[in-house]
Amino acid sequence: MINLTIDGKNVTVEEGTSVLEAARSIGIDIPTLCFLKDINEVGDCRMCIVEIEGRRGFSTSCITKVEEGMVVKTNTKEVNEARRTVLDLILSNHHRDCLTCIRNGNCELQTLAQKFNIQNVEYEGEKIDYPIDDKSPSIVRDSNKCILCRRCVATCKKVQNIGAIETIGRGFTSKISTIEDCSLADSNCTFCGQCIEACPTGALHEKDNTEDVWKAIYDKDKYVVVQTAPAIRVAIGEEFGMPIGTNATGKMVTALKTMGFDKVFDTNTGADLTIMEEANEFIERVTQGGVLPMITSCSPGWIRFCEKNFPDQLSHLSSCKSPHQMFGAVLKSYYAEKFGIDREKIVTVSVMPCIAKKYECSRPEMEVDGVRDVDFVITTRELARMIKQANIDFVELEDGKFDDPMGEASGAGAIFGTTGGVMEAAVRTAVETLEGKSVEQVEYKEVRGEKGIKEANLTVAGKEIKIAVASGLANARKIMEQIEKGESPYHFIEIMACPGGCIMGGGQPIKSSKTRMSVDVAGLRRAAIYSIDEASVIRKSHENPVMKMLYDEYFEKPGSHKAHKYLHTEYSGKPLYE
Amino acid sequence: MAKTREEIDEIRVAKRKELELRTNKNAPTTEKHILVCRGTGCTSSKSPKIIEELRRIIEEKNIPNVRVIQTGCFGLCSKGPIVIVRPEDTFYSHVKIEDCEEIVDAVAAGTKVERLLCKDVDGKTVESLDELNFYKKQKRIALQNCGVIDPENIEEYIAFDGYKALEKVLFSMSQDDVISEIEKSGLRGRGGGGFPTATKWKFVKAAQGDIKYVVCNADEGDPGAFMDRSILEGDPNGVIESMAIAGYAVGASHGVIYVRAEYPIAVHRLRIAIKQAEEYGLLGNNIFGTDFSFDIEIRLGAGAFVCGEETALLESTEGRRGQPRGKPPFPANVGLFQKPTLINNVETYANVSKIILNGSDWFASIGTEKSKGTKVFALGGNVVNVGLVEVPMGTTLREIVFDIGGGIPNGREFKAAQTGGPSGGCIPAEHLDIPVDYDTLLSIGSMMGSGGLIVMDNTKCMVDIAKFYLDFTVSESCGKCNPCRIGTKRMHEILTRICEGKGTPEDIPKLEKLAKQIKASSVCGLGQTAPNPVLSTMNFFKDEYLEHCTEHKCRAGACKAMANIQIDPEKCKGCGLCKRNCPVNAITGEVKQPHHIDPNICIKCGTCADKCPFHAISK
Repeated sequence: MINLTIDGKNVTVEEGTSVLEAARSIGIDIPTLCFLKDINEVGDCRMCIVEIEGRRGFSTSCITKVEEGMVVKTNTKEVNEARRTVLDLILSNHHRDCLTCIRNGNCELQTLAQKFNIQNVEYEGEKIDYPIDDKSPSIVRDSNKCILCRRCVATCKKVQNIGAIETIGRGFTSKISTIEDCSLADSNCTFCGQCIEACPTGALHEKDNTEDVWKAIYDKDKYVVVQTAPAIRVAIGEEFGMPIGTNATGKMVTALKTMGFDKVFDTNTGADLTIMEEANEFIERVTQGGVLPMITSCSPGWIRFCEKNFPDQLSHLSSCKSPHQMFGAVLKSYYAEKFGIDREKIVTVSVMPCIAKKYECSRPEMEVDGVRDVDFVITTRELARMIKQANIDFVELEDGKFDDPMGEASGAGAIFGTTGGVMEAAVRTAVETLEGKSVEQVEYKEVRGEKGIKEANLTVAGKEIKIAVASGLANARKIMEQIEKGESPYHFIEIMACPGGCIMGGGQPIKSSKTRMSVDVAGLRRAAIYSIDEASVIRKSHENPVMKMLYDEYFEKPGSHKAHKYLHTEYSGKPLYE
Repeated sequence: MAKTREEIDEIRVAKRKELELRTNKNAPTTEKHILVCRGTGCTSSKSPKIIEELRRIIEEKNIPNVRVIQTGCFGLCSKGPIVIVRPEDTFYSHVKIEDCEEIVDAVAAGTKVERLLCKDVDGKTVESLDELNFYKKQKRIALQNCGVIDPENIEEYIAFDGYKALEKVLFSMSQDDVISEIEKSGLRGRGGGGFPTATKWKFVKAAQGDIKYVVCNADEGDPGAFMDRSILEGDPNGVIESMAIAGYAVGASHGVIYVRAEYPIAVHRLRIAIKQAEEYGLLGNNIFGTDFSFDIEIRLGAGAFVCGEETALLESTEGRRGQPRGKPPFPANVGLFQKPTLINNVETYANVSKIILNGSDWFASIGTEKSKGTKVFALGGNVVNVGLVEVPMGTTLREIVFDIGGGIPNGREFKAAQTGGPSGGCIPAEHLDIPVDYDTLLSIGSMMGSGGLIVMDNTKCMVDIAKFYLDFTVSESCGKCNPCRIGTKRMHEILTRICEGKGTPEDIPKLEKLAKQIKASSVCGLGQTAPNPVLSTMNFFKDEYLEHCTEHKCRAGACKAMANIQIDPEKCKGCGLCKRNCPVNAITGEVKQPHHIDPNICIKCGTCADKCPFHAISK
């Protein structure tokens, strides 16, 4: 342990701790902008500078490690003046239209400007007016709001191992962009949206579809059905000041009903359906000598990654559509027919923790007989904005219930929201199908947790089955390189584009660098997901009565011709850059 | 085929005998060597053609015992192309291809071509190189072999004690002995900051790592600086040998020279030198049959100024965007490819082998208390002898500018000398007698930098000069940290406003505050020193800033926007010269009548004032 003094207070921390962390551990806050723990520790922004006795000039607290006997001053006149000038300079080159900015109220730059009591900018000067890149269906890039902290660059490169964005240009004209400054839509970007989660300002954000949804809701001729992904309910509360990890399912359902959706359904039900199809597909591949390993296809960022980076390996992908796409297709076929609603009048809206889902729902494959499976995808953040727009006091809402007859879902569907969940849900069903009997074991803890790649061996009906779960595209790449070399030992693999799975998706509430440093956001959201599963009466997808209803009344059996028509899709290799 | 220690020594002895005439006027020889400068300056004024022509004529006339040798820079670039005949040291300047035959004939006849002999500043013709005032106060250590040997022939390097220092180190010194010798010499980094070289070496030696690297920073980027380029062009083996010595001292067996692609001649000669050193077994495995192995590869930079910053250099070497890394960790512990790395600049290395060979006492006897040895300067700007000079540390600025540099041309006055390039500051006439060393320069707000020394006369506006350097740093900032990326831009905007006559008195403290903050809070040396030209000119020439901001006047007449060009009707004789030279036809007037400038058309270029024989036009 190392002892040091910060602003006169003694502190003892582990060796290897940064001065910034040591200070924050005793309640001394040091402002940061470019710092993102473990991802971007570079000391570029100069907000975290401090004085250390015996050292020339300022030291950068985020990258300086503590030393025995160190005497640190974080709050001197010189330090504060220097930080203030840096902040002034950043603001001088920033489009300060905060009131109409998507990050108004959740912007780290805005917070600092308040904190430093900036009432006018001293060093005004030239600002470059950059065009906004909004070509893609998922993501918008506004370089006018960018402060070049490079948190997005580090996330894209280090966490996801994609490297779609880098700094281009030099000096004052430096800008974060793609190869040849093309649109993200034409780049190797997978639309995972992790860069948005990393962005301290409004430079990167989801493409907003809230107006489209309001328009549909207000249209008397439309029958607007909304479904919510498993990860929404454990995160939406954060947007209203509730603690991270709060399960707000009931309030969320009530809010959606209050907003005017005609029906509120649960994507968890779609997830159960996905398991029915996917488990069946896996069993078929295993028993009939199909392509193995089979890889899950729920994560559209992962699919786009695979199509662009491993176009020769697409046969490993499950042909199953993702849960909300399946569910959308069911709503516009089975549901429409059963209740005599004109499928053309149904508008399906998916609330997703993901911005790639926006791209996914626009893929040409995602329709049946000219009818789109899902019309609009909005993220958790957009839903929160809509709830606020509707003047709903979310925290005070009574709990509501998903609508019948499609509202029932199993605990297996619920855990889709976290890494390992799809695999665990699939195993719960596949094992019973292969064994031909009910199996007591429900929980498969080897595939749970934050680890990037997890693996397990199962013995099912006398057969050895090796499974793996990967989250984050850097891990996906490792898995795929193994497959490419023909060295993959696995039979079945779950891959999610976002590290930690959907609970940490690119459409989820954005947490500040400071929160991410001190709180295990993924852990808290994950715990909430698993507690939903534990509290469920039905914990296996095939035991969900809605499934029985769907297959009895419409799809006959998993993998049927009709199931393929509505519930399955295909993939095609895509150039890395358009 | 690698050579043994004995074989190298045989080459040294034999070759030295053959080349004695290069450094000894009285060498017992019947041979003549015509040395032609093939540095970048003389090369661009056609010295390769001169070499070709000289050789052709010698062959045609079948003249025995005369050889034509290409060499590195002699230093006096303003006199180029330079040709020197040895052993007698005859110095021919501004040589043209047409002069070659006359030179060859004279060499053959043992006479001199009088009309081509170099003239000194005082107009006196000099017979030989050492008579020139330019050389009298110089002391060549780093440049010792430049202009003496053919840089493309390793045997010529070996002849002048080349690779003897490496041999000495490998056979008679421990790693610590080497570091201690460098420490005792007092050698400090020649690339800018003046960090004690041995301290760096100690850090790298102490660092844990299976692989260590020795890097040579040859990314010389200051505008007007060409010391490192000339060393590499004139004596590449000197750097290579020293890198190997450094490798031995710190425990590294791989070297990398990061050199800018804009230095094609230097790169070419380095490649040849490395190849020859490998052939002679002076690089590669088991050098001189010992356990020590060392190789060197070249990495080309794309010319970004920031890549001279050591961590940006490492980033670029690894193939990434050249921008500095956060420190700590320092390169000594986590450097190239995450391995402990020693980074020194070209000129620093150029001193190392000489220190080993001649001893630390010898080196430490040269220079001032805290700055030992010599420093090479690229002397430029408003000075007669533009070129490369190497002087003992502590030589005064006056000696460099006036005795060596020959003073200010065109009868103008000295106004300031700029050292340290865009990182340095402007030194006014009142400080002409300061001893030039690291600490003195820092104490007056400038810095040694890599050695650019630009002399300015009284036609230069110091605000405009500050703006010029800021212009450079704004475009060379890598954009990584906020103070440098945005701050230098804002400083430049304020300076532009001032130079356009739109400055206000409030701009001065505002500029000063910003400059100080950028200096204090930038990530790397580029940003930390970028405000120096502003701060030093504000310090020494504050009245010029005030004049610009309050009276909207530029005393030097350099800030065109504020120029008020008028013809004095009393002095104007109506000759019409101004009218004929005005590029925009702004001047009217009848012959022998006072002329008039239309201020609405005038672009304030000042051509009329320059042309007026009666000094009737004021700027």
